[in-house]
Amino acid sequence: MFYIFCPYCDERREEEEFHPSGQAHLVRPTDPESVSDEAWGDYLFFRDNPRGIHHEMWVHRLGCRKFFNITRDTTTYEILETYPMGEQPTITAETARVRREQGVQTADGGWQTVGAQPENSTLNEETSS
Amino acid sequence: MTQPNRLNQGGRLDRSRRLSFTFNGQQYTGFAGDTLASALLANGVDIVNRSFKYSRPRGITAAGPEEPNAIMQLGASEAAQVPNVRATQQALYDGLVARSTNGWPSVQRDVMSWVGRLGGHLMPPGFYYKTFMAPASMWMTYEKWIRKGAGLGRSPAEADPDIYDHLNQHCDVLVIGAGPAGLTAALSAARAGARVILCDEQEEMGGSLLDSRESIDDAPAAAWAEQTVAELAGMDNVTLLPRTTANGYHDHNFVTLHERRTEHLADTAAAAGRDGEVRSRLHRVRAERVVLASGSHERPLVYANNDVPGNMVAGAISVYLRRYGVAPGQKLVLSTNNDHAYRAALDWKEAGREVVAVVDSRANPDGDLVKQVRDSGIRVVTGSAVMEASGSQRVTGARVVAIDTERFVVTGKVETLACDTIASSGGYSPVVHLASHTGKRPQWRDDLLGFVPGEVKSMHFAGGVQGVYALGETLADGGRAGAEAARAAGFAQAEAITLPSVEARHESPASALYQVPHEKTTLRAPKQFVDLQNDVTAAAVELATREGFESIEHVKRYTALGFGTDQGKLGNINGMAIAARCLHRAIPDVGTTVFRPNYTPVSFGAIVGRHCGELFDPERYTALHQWHVENGAEFEDVGQWKRPWYYPRKTGGKTESLHDAVARECLAVREKVGILDASTLGKIDIQGPDAREFLGRVYTNKWAKLAPGRVRYGLMCKDDGMLMDDGTTSCLGDNHFLMTTTTGGAATVLEWLELWHQTEWPELQVYFNSVTDHWATMTVTGPEARKLMSEVTDIDLDREQFKFMDWKQGNVAGVPARVFRISFTGELAFEINVQANYALHVWKTLFAHGEKYELTPYGTETMHVLRAEKGLIIAGQDTDGSVTPEDLGMHWAVGYDKPFSWIGKRALTRPDTARTDRKQLVGLKPKDPKVVLEEGAQIVLDPAEAIPMTMMGHVTSSYYSPVLKSGFALAVLKGGRDRMGETVYLPMADGTTHEAEVVSTVFVDPKGERQNV
Repeated sequence: MFYIFCPYCDERREEEEFHPSGQAHLVRPTDPESVSDEAWGDYLFFRDNPRGIHHEMWVHRLGCRKFFNITRDTTTYEILETYPMGEQPTITAETARVRREQGVQTADGGWQTVGAQPENSTLNEETSS
Repeated sequence: MTQPNRLNQGGRLDRSRRLSFTFNGQQYTGFAGDTLASALLANGVDIVNRSFKYSRPRGITAAGPEEPNAIMQLGASEAAQVPNVRATQQALYDGLVARSTNGWPSVQRDVMSWVGRLGGHLMPPGFYYKTFMAPASMWMTYEKWIRKGAGLGRSPAEADPDIYDHLNQHCDVLVIGAGPAGLTAALSAARAGARVILCDEQEEMGGSLLDSRESIDDAPAAAWAEQTVAELAGMDNVTLLPRTTANGYHDHNFVTLHERRTEHLADTAAAAGRDGEVRSRLHRVRAERVVLASGSHERPLVYANNDVPGNMVAGAISVYLRRYGVAPGQKLVLSTNNDHAYRAALDWKEAGREVVAVVDSRANPDGDLVKQVRDSGIRVVTGSAVMEASGSQRVTGARVVAIDTERFVVTGKVETLACDTIASSGGYSPVVHLASHTGKRPQWRDDLLGFVPGEVKSMHFAGGVQGVYALGETLADGGRAGAEAARAAGFAQAEAITLPSVEARHESPASALYQVPHEKTTLRAPKQFVDLQNDVTAAAVELATREGFESIEHVKRYTALGFGTDQGKLGNINGMAIAARCLHRAIPDVGTTVFRPNYTPVSFGAIVGRHCGELFDPERYTALHQWHVENGAEFEDVGQWKRPWYYPRKTGGKTESLHDAVARECLAVREKVGILDASTLGKIDIQGPDAREFLGRVYTNKWAKLAPGRVRYGLMCKDDGMLMDDGTTSCLGDNHFLMTTTTGGAATVLEWLELWHQTEWPELQVYFNSVTDHWATMTVTGPEARKLMSEVTDIDLDREQFKFMDWKQGNVAGVPARVFRISFTGELAFEINVQANYALHVWKTLFAHGEKYELTPYGTETMHVLRAEKGLIIAGQDTDGSVTPEDLGMHWAVGYDKPFSWIGKRALTRPDTARTDRKQLVGLKPKDPKVVLEEGAQIVLDPAEAIPMTMMGHVTSSYYSPVLKSGFALAVLKGGRDRMGETVYLPMADGTTHEAEVVSTVFVDPKGERQNV
């Protein structure tokens, strides 16, 4: 069971209080009428299913009712960062790849890094391998 | 009763407290401090069970959770029955009643044993599948008898009288296991100030220290353990949990602990004199850091007839002798591949019993313990092993032979040593279970001949679990791990405690030995058991590899190795070693086994905790619930709500049927006046300068011009254009709206609004709040509604002043109210909203005035009939996530020309949603008026078509109408609106076919005049 840091409540709470709400950073076309059926279908129905780093939207349903984003490793279930709506992740599949290729040894900072601080973040070596 | 195997002294027992217990109907006695297993051994009970598949007699083999044979059914009464308890883990209490889970009619005379005697050649792996394969329909019958024969314990047939708890815990460092490593780890972390939980599955903390021959600080190791536990117990930041098994390690350091609080005292809490107390607890621990100090299990060697009672694991011999003062026999032969097991021979001899020989597979063992054994005059046979045990009900001898482990052959003549007990040790398997629960694979270590845990984030390993076995090193390893864990949890100053002094011992290295070669081939030799609980033999593993199973995971599933409550605690590594030998591979190359929770069985009571009975699922009641109960309502579950379903009248001892009650309630509404408790409707208060704009984006219809005092029905779609929910929204003020939702959709809709506001349109100033529980809603509806209302309200009810789809503020029954003229029945209707705590007063006042109008309460069933007669849909019943507003014929509620591209609009022009042959909502009128079509029934056009028929749609709502005096239904039908007047067919499962005419969805008052009277 996850232990999730809510960036609005500013503390870690049990997963039971939260609810996953699908892939994060989906962009609704600003002018839906001008996009093709295919593009609209992609927006509606198609989602990523990566092995490794994934950005997800969660809602603190039984808490502050706020939606926020989580960067999670789908292989280790590790939550690498949580950040408010409207912000971008600092850890992505790309940054993880770069760090892995550069052989960056990460400090062991616990199983969850709170907030967006890539310097202290903990990337498991198995990530997206 | 005497206890023939009890030593005159020794053991951690209270000999002044004699306890009596029953095993398989026979009375025995033991002492306080015994386990059921030690007490049975003390009483000389050799056979404790029959084996699972071959029904062979089995005795106690081990002393801990790895015990495969002594599996008991406990409980003096039916309600207290607990299956599958290991006798080695059950503390003895006065009056304990235990039975073998297997063996019928008794373990001594078992009717299934002929199967075992006919032999393994008749029961190869996969026997049941191969033999009972045909006909497939008979498997359920076969299985019932196989299960009865196999005997796996049984559930109680009566309700559990005990209560159980869940406890949420947080700590800095959770230490699992209170042996030498766990104790130094806990002390190191605790002294640094960390909040520590230390749990241990045994009755007493101390682990291997409690049966150790060694000294710590020149005192017995057990004394140091007692002193350390006492120090921990005195610290405010330490929680000690004995009798508590860490059963599951889950994501983010979430660990479930099963604490047994009264099971060591009696079979129920009440019987233990603790009536009303919790029997066992499930601790849900969120730990910053976990120290796993779970130690190791000794592996037995695999040799012929190694399951005959009297064959034991070497370490268990020491435990029974030193901790429980029990010598489980007279004459011992010890077969080993390592030094540590030699202590069993020394303990046995010191207990005054005879050690016939120690048989060591190594050529030149020279460790300190070996020397000690030799010096004490015990015969040591090297380069050899026990190849076969003699005896059937009890060991009578050990057949010993020289072996070549490299070539897997015997190399000398067999010597038979008379004995009644054979102890064996094939080395130690770290208890890596919890470390692999989140999927990390254990790693094989050739130097240790065992698997150690893979790296797990936030978990530290200490002592035996990572192959650190020597006492001094174990204590040091625990101190290191405890300090590391505390530092990682934020206690920067944490350091390992100063270690007590322990004399170092020289140990000669162990040699790899798992299965002992036999003079015959494995397939022809007597059975050599690998997994005693599941009756898996070395021959079965070999046969599985010959039949092409190459991965240990497949071998497991084919042979049942490591199944059941045992989960391979004793047999897994031996099984893998045998498979590896047969496949000519190294052990890690045949795979590793990942364990899953739970480590040992957890009672359902503990899993359920308080979430049973009334607390299983929360129930929601309206403010009028008590009135409904008192007036005989039958209830229907709608989400978590209890809603009145109908109000059957009781006359002359007869209770009205659902059908009659609904007919009466329907006619009351259509002819007089009825009242419905509609409080469960979801209500969302929406405020803010952009509230109106927001509504326009989430509803399909227009909201720009809705004036204060007016109400509008709205449809809500998802962005795929499919209807999600519907309801009315009232304009309370220019910046203030009250939205209603379906009863079941309230929470979903609120979250939906929040989602769009927070993620897509945060620039809109609008706020949402659930007010469902704040307002009670009562619907007064029927031709007499206005007359009744006029008696209780100061609101002007004139039909020109208070129009359909208006709402007004005023007083009803003397309390402030909002009254809405909306209708879900097709009749004149007033929906009264009052503060929930006024509801009962208002309701009763209406009834006081309503008697002369025959005011009739009606429930959800009548509500459904009335709304369906009007063709009014219920989102979620007449729609299913694939229905658009257009499919429902609600084009009038879709504002295509609104400036903002509202949710769902774009999708309604996709080719699929614009198809004309989509399923459309229609009415169905059965040709036979007595027929009420089944909801969900499929519609076809040609009843003579061969199966599979072309399905054109299905019935979504169907009722009997007392007004029409006929059944009627709503349905979705392909191209339905162009099929008005056509006849369709509904073939039923019983072979009959109903005929129905496609009609308009509005069955009553098509012009809608009645709601406007």
